[in-house]
Amino acid sequence: MKRLTSIGEFAAFQNRLSAARSPHIPTLVIPAGACGQASGANELIRAAKREIGHRQLEGRIRLRVTGCHGFCEMEPSVLVEPDRTFYPRVKPGAMARIVEATASGQVLGDLLFTDPATGVRVQKQDDVPFFRGQTRTLLSHMETTDPLRIESYVANGGYSAAIKVVERRDPRWVVNEVKASGLRGRGGAGFPTGLKWERLAQQRDGKGKFLVCNADEGDPGAYMDRSVLEGNPHSIIEGMIIGAYATGADTGIIYVRNEYPLAVKHLSIALAQARELGLVGRSILGTNFSFEIDLVKGAGAFVCGEETALIRSIEGKMGEPRQRPPFPIERGIDGKPTAINNVETWANIPLILRNGAEAFARTGTPGNSGTKIFSLVGKIRNTGLVEVTMGAAIQSIIHDIGGGPSGKARIKAVQTGGPSGGCIPAERFDLPIDYDSLAKAGSIMGSGGMIVMDENTCMVDIAKYFMSFLKDESCGKCFPCRKGTQRMHEILEDISKGQGTREQLELLEELAGAVKDTTMCGLGQTAPNPVLSTLHYFRREYLDHIERKRCPAGVCRDLISFSIGETCDGCHACVQVCPEGAIAGKKKQRHVIDPVKCVKCGACQSVCKSEAVFVA
Amino acid sequence: MVNLTINGLRVSVEQGATLLEATRFLGFPIPTLCHMDGLSPYGACRLCVVEIGQGPGTRLVSSCTYPAEEGLQVRTASSRVLRARRMVLELLLASCPQSKTIQDLASAHGVRRQRFRQEHEDCILCGLCVRMCSEQMMAGAIGFRNRGEGRSIGTPFDAKSEVCRLCGGCQYVCPACQLRCTYTEPDKAICGGCANLSAPCVEKERFDDMMCYLNPCVACEIRKD
Ligand SMILES: Cc1cc2nc3c(=O)[nH]c(=O)nc-3n(C[C@H](O)[C@H](O)[C@H](O)COP(=O)(O)O)c2cc1C
Ligand code: FES
Repeated sequence: MKRLTSIGEFAAFQNRLSAARSPHIPTLVIPAGACGQASGANELIRAAKREIGHRQLEGRIRLRVTGCHGFCEMEPSVLVEPDRTFYPRVKPGAMARIVEATASGQVLGDLLFTDPATGVRVQKQDDVPFFRGQTRTLLSHMETTDPLRIESYVANGGYSAAIKVVERRDPRWVVNEVKASGLRGRGGAGFPTGLKWERLAQQRDGKGKFLVCNADEGDPGAYMDRSVLEGNPHSIIEGMIIGAYATGADTGIIYVRNEYPLAVKHLSIALAQARELGLVGRSILGTNFSFEIDLVKGAGAFVCGEETALIRSIEGKMGEPRQRPPFPIERGIDGKPTAINNVETWANIPLILRNGAEAFARTGTPGNSGTKIFSLVGKIRNTGLVEVTMGAAIQSIIHDIGGGPSGKARIKAVQTGGPSGGCIPAERFDLPIDYDSLAKAGSIMGSGGMIVMDENTCMVDIAKYFMSFLKDESCGKCFPCRKGTQRMHEILEDISKGQGTREQLELLEELAGAVKDTTMCGLGQTAPNPVLSTLHYFRREYLDHIERKRCPAGVCRDLISFSIGETCDGCHACVQVCPEGAIAGKKKQRHVIDPVKCVKCGACQSVCKSEAVFVA
Repeated sequence: MVNLTINGLRVSVEQGATLLEATRFLGFPIPTLCHMDGLSPYGACRLCVVEIGQGPGTRLVSSCTYPAEEGLQVRTASSRVLRARRMVLELLLASCPQSKTIQDLASAHGVRRQRFRQEHEDCILCGLCVRMCSEQMMAGAIGFRNRGEGRSIGTPFDAKSEVCRLCGGCQYVCPACQLRCTYTEPDKAICGGCANLSAPCVEKERFDDMMCYLNPCVACEIRKD
């Protein structure tokens, strides 16, 4: 790659790439993010290459390997452009047929997606209910961009927003555009990004300023940021270049957790390419604007997502939050002004400057503009990443896009915001998803994790799970956070064992309030949310555990017992899987479980075909 | 100068002063555990919380770390503050019942019961010793390790420290530990003879390199050389 030394050269480079795009040539798009690779996308890519080569179709069919498109449940999948035919859960063996059909312009009806509601086959991706309800401004770029080739990003208009900004030579205008867009931080707190940048731009100490991309996504069940990092790393780099121009920052840092190896790899490659092309580094495109971006790998502590802990971690110290004020915007990395934004926030920036602040502000609701990616996981039929406009109702995400429950049980709640958030019961699914409504309902928007729970989920168990996560992930500096999470976990454990008392429940609430009040950083202040929100909406379940010594969802092992009902046809399957040899019975006769030997692992229930194993 | 209101009283303090300093200047008592004049503020024990702000935006902050801000409204003993402090003390008592300092604080704040499962820990991780060692003794022999439940204080890899001068500063500032001060095992980093009934110094040969820098030792009055 030749280093571009002027804006004119870049424009020519971009025009050349755009002209060479030839969108009419059929292209097999295979999403291969970490999720896709785990479900076998690599196998599929290999098969596709083999088949295309074998049939000598190199010029006639193209292959594009991209990041995750969002529909993880149906991966590995293939999207055929330009018709946008969608083949879900493709087996490597079926690749030959897909290549052949694509070459001759046909569609393989038997491999298409079947709408579970109607039983009808759907050809185009955009008609699949999962995709139909979304507004995919960020995720649509995942389909068009090959994350390993900067040419692919540039050909689709990439870096033109950054160039536009550099050409205009008006940092103030950029800040105003971001302010006018109404973009709020996607990392959880929803702080207006334009305002943050304005404050950074105002800092004048001449010793340098930092921009940070917070890619330390650590909430269980959330992976929006990972997919953006893997699928479109250049959008973050472009966003940071724009941010640097607007605020006068000279160094950017992408703090990414080391547990995201693919994201680290794609980012490193993208950075190297951008540097080689002269888009990052000293005198960008021959102008007097310089901006360097470094990658810092985090060691995977949840608390390092918190601004001040993140800064200490970047400085090479222990990841521990500190008192704010002074805020990072005044005193951040090495005491220099620092602005920290979330991955998704950065990814939105090029779009705002490319399409105009007004267009961005028009989507969503006033005060909550733009779109937001959520990772929809748990007891939901369509697991994956969904992007909706802010202010969409929870209902529409769960039922229309998510396709309702994954099993027979009814959905009873959804946890938003991960361990810092709270649960929202099904009765309140009419709530619009925005920062303020969710906070009012006792949860938070968080970075976009949505864990769906159905009637087989015990709320005490959920609270206990999050508390166990938090007691390990608290940095341990604030005594009430460290001990408080441990003690809350201890009480929840007692309750889930049927040893809890009403007094303990009161103590739990009192303690939760004190932890919220007395701790220093966002981790401690939000740590009691899972307890408080489940107590608020599902107190009945807690009382069932305490007074009736029962777990209504059949989860808490000490309060349930397994038995085999009349529908048992004596197939012996459960006898074979029982690790304790607790099930006895002759073939073709109803089996019985020895309650003394039973360890309540549930293996028998999972193999029983006649649904004869009951939990009570 | 920064002007603020504490419990309804106006006060001007120097730029950069903490709320704790401002409050103490006026004479309002605030309990502290992890704060010590001469060591940098840390904000770990959260006993020193005060309520700031007005209306729905009020919140609790640790006064030992929060800087005095122009026009700030501070309440040092509102019911919310007292409730929070009592819960912190109850938690402390549940973990470290043997500490005289904690017992006294609990008693002074009317904490008469402890509803959690009793533990007997010898460290509340207030970090005074760590700061003493690095800021006053310039040794930096001990530090924090790990996070969450696994957090602890010690020398790197628990090896006998090369830089520890056995000054005993860490023990001196410790509000909780009693156990550490009674150790006389040769592989422990610190002598602790002065707090020990059977001073190790009598076995001078065995504990030679562990003796504190006070020469002669204040406890056994044995000279090192
Ligand atoms: C315990 C804790 C964990 C956090 N983790 C993340 C994270 O993983 N990613 C992130 O972007 N922000 C995280 N945040 C929020 C950041 O502190 C910060 O608010 C955010 O990165 C600011 O960027 P934004 O304005 O673009 O949202 C976390 C906050 C807390 C208190
Ligand atoms: S004295 Fe302020 S937090 Fe410990």
